[in-house]
Amino acid sequence: MKFAVLRFPGSNCDQDCVLALNALPGASADFVWHKDTSLASFDAVVVPGGFSYGDYLRCGAIARFSPIMQSVKNFAAAGGTVLGICNGFQILCESGLLPGALVRNKGLHFVCKHQHLRVESTNSRFTNSATKGQVLNIPIAHGEGCYFADDATLAKLNANDQILVRYCDATGAVTDAANPNGSRENIAGICNETRNVFGLMPHPERACDPALGSTDGLVILQSLLTAEPAKAS
Amino acid sequence: MKVHVSVLPKPSVLDPQGAAAAEAIRHLGLQGVGRVRIGKLIELELPDATPEAEIHRIARDLLSNPVIEDYSIARP
Repeated sequence: MKFAVLRFPGSNCDQDCVLALNALPGASADFVWHKDTSLASFDAVVVPGGFSYGDYLRCGAIARFSPIMQSVKNFAAAGGTVLGICNGFQILCESGLLPGALVRNKGLHFVCKHQHLRVESTNSRFTNSATKGQVLNIPIAHGEGCYFADDATLAKLNANDQILVRYCDATGAVTDAANPNGSRENIAGICNETRNVFGLMPHPERACDPALGSTDGLVILQSLLTAEPAKAS
Repeated sequence: MKVHVSVLPKPSVLDPQGAAAAEAIRHLGLQGVGRVRIGKLIELELPDATPEAEIHRIARDLLSNPVIEDYSIARP
């Protein structure tokens, strides 16, 4: 399975994503510059973390207009797999590929730590290797990770089983105390209605090696390899 | 012509910066301060003939995110 890892000016988790993916049997990953327009040879797209365009205006607001993003929209519309991590999640929301938006953390501080997540749904190509309710330990590192959507959107996300991971404590309890950034309903990651686009604030690529303290990120990356995604044209 | 686009978080969106500023105003001794919201002011220099609809398109599609923000347009 061939992954395209996008690079914008200011991306800084692109190397980590390529490294983590290339270490998986059956996966290979390559960088794609934001001014490129073709995703033809790829099976999946990763929009990595970082500070695209210096977070100017709003996080992800400028990256949305990069030439590659029109190709990502077409790729997603054709059923292709798109994973957005951290700034990548923000870019996917700004692009309209995912509902809602990410705003300043409730506590105003940049939060950088290991965080527990509960897998809320395994009905996706991103979480099918997990078990429902499984608690993952994956790092977060963001200043604007507070997920916001209006009540109607939240109701729809719940009704469609689009909330794939929520912030929780070590026992899997979803509580206010375990919410690192004030996200509504402790939302850490959501997918789109057709379940082929997933965005999350935590960094699975930073939890793929025992030397980094956790290998729980592999659950998400390996799910992608076991899934049978529709090949986008 | 110059155009000012003001962008403010929607009332339904948490604005911790605004809440912190409101608290600081209380510390300055002014009681009774209500809600404070912090946004941004963007000054644009545009051709005089720029249609109103075009300014709104820029404000809506780029300068603000309608999910979390409202904007208004003024000519200083």
